[in-house]
Amino acid sequence: MITDVSKDGDILTFAITSQKFYSSGGVCVFRTYEDFEWLQQNFFSQENVPGLQGVIFPPLPPKALPSPLNTPSKSLKQLGFLALGHDWQSYCKALEFYLQQVATHPILSKCKALDSFLTKSESPGKQRGRKGILNRLSQAVEGMRKESHRDVDDFFQKERHKNTNRAALSKAATEKILDVVLTEQKLSLACGHFSTCLHLCVNQDDEAAVAFSKICLKLSDIVEAVMRNFEKVANNNISTLGMGLDLEARYEEAEKEMLFRRTCKLIELETVKKNTEKAKANKRDVMEEVQKASEKEFSLISSVAKQEIERFHSSRVTVLRSFLVGWCEKQLDTAKECAKLYSQYLDACKNLFSE
Amino acid sequence: MAEEREPPPLHDAAQTDFTELEDGEDLFVSTVSVIEVRRYDHNDSHSLSAVSLQHKSVCPCDDEDDDDDDQDDLFAEATEEVSLDSPERQPILSDGPSPAITPVTPTVMMNPRVDAAVFDRLMEEDEDDEETPDTFDIQLSVSDPEKVGDGMNAFMVYKVTTKTSLSIFNRDEFTVKRRFSDFLGLHSKLASKYLHIGYIVPPAPEKSIVGMTKVKVGKEDLSSVEFVEKRRSALERYLMRTVKHPALLKDPDLLQFLESSELPRAVSTQALSGAGILRMVNKAADAVNKMTIKMNESDAWFEEKQQQFENLDVQLRKLHASVESLVCHRKELSVNTASFAKSAAMLGNSEDHTALSRALSQLAEVEEKIDQLHQEQAFADFYHFSELLGDYVRLLTAVKGVFDQRMKTWAKWQDAQVMLQRKREAEAKLQYANKPDKLQQAKDEIKEWEGKVQQGERDFEQISKSIRREVGRFEKDRVKDFKLVVLKYLESLVHTQQQLIKYWEAFLPEAKAIA
Repeated sequence: MITDVSKDGDILTFAITSQKFYSSGGVCVFRTYEDFEWLQQNFFSQENVPGLQGVIFPPLPPKALPSPLNTPSKSLKQLGFLALGHDWQSYCKALEFYLQQVATHPILSKCKALDSFLTKSESPGKQRGRKGILNRLSQAVEGMRKESHRDVDDFFQKERHKNTNRAALSKAATEKILDVVLTEQKLSLACGHFSTCLHLCVNQDDEAAVAFSKICLKLSDIVEAVMRNFEKVANNNISTLGMGLDLEARYEEAEKEMLFRRTCKLIELETVKKNTEKAKANKRDVMEEVQKASEKEFSLISSVAKQEIERFHSSRVTVLRSFLVGWCEKQLDTAKECAKLYSQYLDACKNLFSE
Repeated sequence: MAEEREPPPLHDAAQTDFTELEDGEDLFVSTVSVIEVRRYDHNDSHSLSAVSLQHKSVCPCDDEDDDDDDQDDLFAEATEEVSLDSPERQPILSDGPSPAITPVTPTVMMNPRVDAAVFDRLMEEDEDDEETPDTFDIQLSVSDPEKVGDGMNAFMVYKVTTKTSLSIFNRDEFTVKRRFSDFLGLHSKLASKYLHIGYIVPPAPEKSIVGMTKVKVGKEDLSSVEFVEKRRSALERYLMRTVKHPALLKDPDLLQFLESSELPRAVSTQALSGAGILRMVNKAADAVNKMTIKMNESDAWFEEKQQQFENLDVQLRKLHASVESLVCHRKELSVNTASFAKSAAMLGNSEDHTALSRALSQLAEVEEKIDQLHQEQAFADFYHFSELLGDYVRLLTAVKGVFDQRMKTWAKWQDAQVMLQRKREAEAKLQYANKPDKLQQAKDEIKEWEGKVQQGERDFEQISKSIRREVGRFEKDRVKDFKLVVLKYLESLVHTQQQLIKYWEAFLPEAKAIA
């Protein structure tokens, strides 16, 4: 399925165009953020899906409040990278990515809610689905203690550890590149200011002033070119590397949540086991049933989780690769363009000044 | 050396003139006393004797042939003596005429007509210099800052190297060691000699207590290194501007500064010295004067020019502020890029997938290199623009100062005219009252003030003429300087971009290689 997201209007309505694999016709629907949330809820609360808790749910970007409710700095804090980019472009791209991930997910794509989300013309957001257990678990206060609970499986223990690392590092990297981009934008503004000041230095009083004015105007043009270069470089950073790192960071968080759910299940299982051992003979049978159910659930979750983790790793590498290549290519193009422009200016100035 | 010589006849004649000038010209009396009383050890008077036409030609007196050499050296000494630190210097600072013209003015009393001829000749010589700019061949560099001493008494010493083929120098290439206060001393000497006849004397770099204290204390951090580099570059530009001025180039003080290995310590440049405080007082007095002198401008050119320079000043200051913010942001970008590079490196290290790990590490390296580039570009922006603009803002202050001097000269002329009028009225009264003894004195005074009026008028015309010339030169230089800087800046931009392209091209295969 191919989807295309564009933004329209003041309350951030997204136009989603999608096309099914096997059909030629495309469908276009309009959704708001609440609709996306509804969809995500539906994923969480699916019944009769074994080991659902082992699924790494593609992360939905945080809710964006459009201006004038939100100032640029608030947006930045809330959305990070996605607040940048012209006209909510980055945000739209992130949502599009979300839909793509969901649509290609072996388990989630089968969810009926997805179909109605993509095709039904009335927005489904009005119906509030049951809040799944998953939401509550993710916000558990005892999170910290449970997170460090020792695992029974080596594979998972290692993965949990690495994931924690990666999550922290990718978040840090995203923040750092955000700083870089913001400074680039500041530089662009400063160049613009300088260029304007130069423009104001023009006067035609006498011969020397005329010559000086020519220099100022030329320099003004050059500085404007520098300004535009900064803008382009910043935009390249935003649309490729920034987005990539942001996505990576959010996905690591999603994986973290999944692993946490599994750990919680593990703790639950171990508690049940203990209780079963302590149980008096009359209750023991019941307890053993509960324990078996718990064990089964846990092993289902674990196997789904394993698959998900492997899938995640390979797709993650692919995604990062495409972002890195895209980033490099864009920056290279911009650099080449700019070098050409500067060389032209240099030649022009050499001619102009030698007369 | 002074003690061995007999004061030449001219000197005696001049001395009699001096006694007549009781009213305002204590200057000359003190000059004479300085010569007679003070003994000074100067090593390199050879450079003085090699100097100019200027001294020779301004002594067009009867005894020219015999006493020329004597007069030269005597007046040369006078120049040097008076320009050094001395209590007698103070009246010199506050009055108008400078020691450089000392040789001329005594002769004015005797040969008023020769004066004009002398000045004309001077002008011709200077204009000749301007017509043949290609013969200007002098390369200066200020380099190798070295710290001498420790603690609060430490100072930086700079090497000044000159390479030239000009004949006024004794050698083709020579190096001397100078400290910052030496440069300041040079500037104050040149300013006191030339500013009031309308030459634009390039201003020296400013003192910076904070910057120097850091260096003295021995902080080897980036900001103090930058400070020393900034100062070194500013000193070099200052010297280059000074020698570009054809008249200043011939000045004995400048030559001594460039050539002699030992230079008497310029104590008067210290902020809290007696001379320093006097300077501040004079500045305040000047400011007050400026407000009270209402000049009757007969020449529209000056009015226009002054307005233009006011506008230019405002524009340059704005530009300077704008560039400073640009430089600041560039530095910030460099810091952020370096921080990101570290982050990326950490990501690369914790990554299992080998190709991705390698790519991320490469990314970190690329970003580090870009950071380096940014730093260099910031450096370029800074030196090419910010310093140039700062220099010109200060130069404009010197230009405005010259215009102010013209106003002062005009005021003096007008005052002289007023005095003359008063003396004439006094004489008329005396004639009426019939007091023959006082009458003669009055007549003498009238004659004296007539002379002063003429002198004032001539001074005024002189300074007006030289300002016109100086401004023309300034404008030409301004255009040249800016052209050069813009070209240099563009070249650095092109260079940076080409480097960037190389880095990206090197990274691309690494990124593509992630399987």
